[in-house]
Amino acid sequence: MAELAIAAAKSLFAVISALGVTAVLLWIERKGSALIHDRIGANRAAIVGLLPFNLGFVNTLLADPIKLFTKEDFVPEGADRTLHALAPFLALVPVLVVFAAIPFGDVLRIGTREINLQAASLDIGLLYILAMVSLSVYGIVLGGWASNNRWALLGGIRGSALMISYELAMGLAIVAVVMTYGTLDLQAICRAQGELLFGVIPSWGVVYQPLGFLILLIAGMVESKRVPFDQPEGESEIVAGYFTEYSGSKQAAFMFTDFAEIVVVSALVTTLFFGGWQVPYLHVSGFVLPGGLTLALPHLVVAALQVASYLVKVLFFCSLQILVRWTLPRYRYDQVMALGWKRLLPLALINVVATALVVVGWGG
Amino acid sequence: MLAEYIPVLVTFLVAGLVGLVMVLGSRLFGTRARGRIKMRPFECGNPPSGPARQRFPVKFYLVAIFFIAFDLEIVFMYPWAVIFRELGIFGLIEMFLFIAVLTLGLVYVWRKGALEWES
Repeated sequence: MAELAIAAAKSLFAVISALGVTAVLLWIERKGSALIHDRIGANRAAIVGLLPFNLGFVNTLLADPIKLFTKEDFVPEGADRTLHALAPFLALVPVLVVFAAIPFGDVLRIGTREINLQAASLDIGLLYILAMVSLSVYGIVLGGWASNNRWALLGGIRGSALMISYELAMGLAIVAVVMTYGTLDLQAICRAQGELLFGVIPSWGVVYQPLGFLILLIAGMVESKRVPFDQPEGESEIVAGYFTEYSGSKQAAFMFTDFAEIVVVSALVTTLFFGGWQVPYLHVSGFVLPGGLTLALPHLVVAALQVASYLVKVLFFCSLQILVRWTLPRYRYDQVMALGWKRLLPLALINVVATALVVVGWGG
Repeated sequence: MLAEYIPVLVTFLVAGLVGLVMVLGSRLFGTRARGRIKMRPFECGNPPSGPARQRFPVKFYLVAIFFIAFDLEIVFMYPWAVIFRELGIFGLIEMFLFIAVLTLGLVYVWRKGALEWES
């Protein structure tokens, strides 16, 4: 029974922390874009009378959902009402469940109990994540189709073609990672990244797979459908793409999906290429620096440092993607399809072949 | 073995609940104001000029077909990637033949011009 409670608590933590990071990201996006545009940004939400001072992001985080949930639930005439309601659900849920398989810390020991800080210890974790990320495309296609709007249809078709194209490069980049570590278990991949290369460099995935890292990051940014890859929802071309005819909380679900996908991509990049929860030179008993210097730390501090390290890395990659989104202009559709099929796919194939040769040549 | 999937089930339930709240939220708490013209699909202010679900370029179908072919082949590479250290040189040569066929397919599609969007 206690096992079941722990499992439920870990799942809850995984989903709720993902929702929390996503919500904070919405605020980082608004303030970050304001910083880049040299304007003030979201500063109007103040609870007048209750809180005379501006609490910044807390107010925005409260005001945004209240606004969205009290909007009219608009369904245009001629739309398929069932599919119109199903589409945001199908887009959001697969992205949220991805977090079940991503480890956010090492083993936590409380008394005699050992808790693996990963909601579901799947030995096929990577396949599960790939499968769930792929499912999200149904929400976009159905949303575009059900709306009875030609901009929405165009956006839906563009989005589906774009997402499945970049899934190939993404899949191949992950194959190379799997070859490097010889497992699909994300916790095992994280643990393998705790060793040191030449006694100094942490053996993070990016050291072995720099090309795979770039391919996965680019393909992941396409999956989140944002500038420079926002052809499915390009405002200046097709109004808002597949969610043109959505309003209120359903539109919020689509927006949330995009942001949650940013978090998924960041979490995946962190786990596969940047050591996941690993802190350089931090071992079970504390810091062991290359010079022979040691600093013993209690177990709880070590565990907390590791979880914090995971969150910091994820937030760093989220911020990086937001920076890219507000820096670059949008690609043309043919350019972005050419990038996927003619550049990233061959590069990813070469990466797999090179990885295979190196691993076998090294005497694996 | 199967117990490992209980947390996945719980995660699905939680995520499903979040999704349900997001889909039904505006229907429960939102305002409502109907109008004949308001319910029209949005085409930048003009009345819709004909049905929305019309034909679209066949290139998108081609992309879908290529995706299925290439994605299946990539999925075949996952089991090999996990155990190829044990398979050694034999597995390497076998898989390189497989990748060569995959690359040939890509080169064929490319040369045929199926990846061009401008034509």
